[in-house]
Amino acid sequence: MSAQIRESRDKSVGKGETLLEVRNLKKYFAVTEGVVRRRAIGNVKAVDGVSFTIARGEILGLVGESGCGKTTTGRCILQLETPTSGEIVFEGVNLEKLDQKAMVAWRQKIQVIFQDPYSSLNPRMKVGEILGEPMRVHRVEPNAAKRRQRIAELLTVCGLPAKFADRYPHEMSGGQRQRVGIARALCLNPDFIICDEAVSALDVSIQAQVINLLEDLREEFNLTYLFIAHDLSVVHHLCNRVAVMYLGRMVELAESDELFDNPMHPYTQALLSAVPVPDPTVEAQRSHQVPKGEVPSPINPPSGCVFHPRCPLAVDSCRAQVPEFRELKPGHWVACPRV
Amino acid sequence: MAKLLEIENLRTQFFTADGVVRAVDDVTYDVNEGETVALVGESGCGKSVSALSILRLIPWPPGRIVGGSIRFLGKDLLQLSDPEIRRVRGHQIAMVFQEPMTSLNPVLTIGLQLTETMQYHLGMSNEQAEKRAVELLRMVGIADGERRLQQYPHHFSGGMRQRVMIALALSCEPKLIIADEPTTALDVTIQAQILQLMKDLSNRMGVALMIITHNLGVVARYADRVNVMYAGKIVEEGTAEQIYHSPKHPYTIGLLASVPRMDQHRGRRLVPIEGQPPDLTKLDNGCAYRPRCRWAFDRCAQAIPPLEHVGDGQMSACFRKHELGDDVKAAS
Ligand SMILES: Nc1ncnc2c1ncn2[C@@H]1O[C@H](COP(=O)(O)OP(=O)(O)O)[C@@H](O)[C@H]1O
Ligand SMILES: Nc1ncnc2c1ncn2[C@@H]1O[C@H](COP(=O)(O)OP(=O)(O)O)[C@@H](O)[C@H]1O
Ligand SMILES: [Mg+2]
Ligand SMILES: [Mg+2]
Repeated sequence: MSAQIRESRDKSVGKGETLLEVRNLKKYFAVTEGVVRRRAIGNVKAVDGVSFTIARGEILGLVGESGCGKTTTGRCILQLETPTSGEIVFEGVNLEKLDQKAMVAWRQKIQVIFQDPYSSLNPRMKVGEILGEPMRVHRVEPNAAKRRQRIAELLTVCGLPAKFADRYPHEMSGGQRQRVGIARALCLNPDFIICDEAVSALDVSIQAQVINLLEDLREEFNLTYLFIAHDLSVVHHLCNRVAVMYLGRMVELAESDELFDNPMHPYTQALLSAVPVPDPTVEAQRSHQVPKGEVPSPINPPSGCVFHPRCPLAVDSCRAQVPEFRELKPGHWVACPRV
Repeated sequence: MAKLLEIENLRTQFFTADGVVRAVDDVTYDVNEGETVALVGESGCGKSVSALSILRLIPWPPGRIVGGSIRFLGKDLLQLSDPEIRRVRGHQIAMVFQEPMTSLNPVLTIGLQLTETMQYHLGMSNEQAEKRAVELLRMVGIADGERRLQQYPHHFSGGMRQRVMIALALSCEPKLIIADEPTTALDVTIQAQILQLMKDLSNRMGVALMIITHNLGVVARYADRVNVMYAGKIVEEGTAEQIYHSPKHPYTIGLLASVPRMDQHRGRRLVPIEGQPPDLTKLDNGCAYRPRCRWAFDRCAQAIPPLEHVGDGQMSACFRKHELGDDVKAAS
């Protein structure tokens, strides 16, 4: 795809209808202590008031260091966790209000691709069964012969030989298993796919193959992705917009090039300066202001702005006040009163 | 610069039920005093085995060094007796691994682990060693050393444990630190802290650093010289500038085209290397990269291309190394 085509596609993307809206999502986990008599000693505020929308056809990136709440956000959307509070609205429907039957239909529309294809694929099932079972259960393709044909098509689309239907997961390489994971996500004709560290475990040459595949599939099937990853270079490359999380909060959200050209939140700036660029000349000229210290525990997170203990711009009021998420430029949102 | 480590024609193999794994296959490179050298390549290409070979830590069975020499400060490490090689390990050459939890003993305090090696290798008294341990912890950015020495590894976060490993590596004033994916398991800000710390300490103390990694960004930021490894062989060697700005091996060119770059605007489509790395039990008498190579021709199947000079100290193991220049620009 030429840069020009891609740019014009980027412009049209995100202007369309809203597919998913997450409103003030919170997910707290109780932390307990003691073996015999368990008692609650506090909450892990895994996700603490996160809001965003995703337009149909868009790829939204969700980045941040481990433990900042990316996976939990994805699991809440998938209804694998019950949110402590907040709303998840998909195609205009509030998911909490759905009855059992509507939920089954809805579940087909949202799929997930995990980081570790090995642990997410049943080792005792052949690839053909891994892909065929959901189609049979959800009656996407009740006819066995047609199902076999569709499995062959899916494998081909994902860059695997159709004969891989007869293989077991352990008979494939990591990259091939990840392709099976993608084929499985596609088999129920979803609208929306959550990719949770979907390319993180792959070597760079294989990672590039899978990234291109994800781009092509999005184009071909008009898919929408929430792309969760800790690798900022990959996220920048693939996503139209990027949201940065820190300790359960969203600290910045902007279009991809804008965020990487002009990061405004002190945490985003520190995060970007920590990522090395594969070019020694560029590296020699960059400033490397790496944030000091480590991410604090989410059990009793810092008051006010959760980043204040590590923030070079922090003033007294940052300790007391939770920063408001403000739109400083069209489409560029920042949770910091100091910028 | 004086040569510290000279590896020549090293071959390490594993004799398994599936056949002979040629994990390190005729590898030659050196490390000069005080410099930072990177060994870069994708998983399974033989990086760790080549590092473990240097310290003779290859488990037999099934593995064995079957040929070559490893000269360190003029001595061939492969000819040393077991007690002699043990004195080199940890004392003159130290290693930092990806997962510090597996190299730290979970039931001993950090203090004991630090002081024990200094007492063994440097003949320090307990008191001297403890004082030095507190100093080392401060150097790697761990405050409150006296208290920290009483703690066990599980009291430390992943990043802190890696700092302890670096303190341990530095404790005997080695000439060379081999860091095998030291930050792969860590978050990017902690990765930057740890690598910067290693680089600063190596500069300050004149310790040479060998960084083993699959991350091309890390190599670009920290390495003076780079060895690119593929299927058990070094396929290209040069300064960081040479490797990134005028690569002379198709695999290096392929790697650079397949990584996304955060410093450039979106729009470029990644150019992956098609196919997969070969099975190291099934290598033939041709170039191992040729099934994935755009430039491959008849000769690549008939002989293994030797690692040869392409000018200015840069080396490439490709029959068409002199023809690659223009294509590189076309591909990027
Ligand atoms: N089931 C759970 N019980 C308790 N704490 C949890 C649970 N799941 C996640 N957490 C905690 O929530 C926080 C966010 O986790 P997660 O969403 O997995 O982060 P990320 O995906 O960004 O690495 C972490 O501190 C994690 O330990
Ligand atoms: N103990 C072992 N037994 C058999 N094969 C091994 C053993 N250790 C490593 N290998 C093989 O040697 C090759 C190189 O491995 P390694 O040096 O660990 O790769 P890298 O560090 O580059 O990821 C791989 O093919 C691996 O499977
Ligand atoms: Mg996660
Ligand atoms: Mg390794």
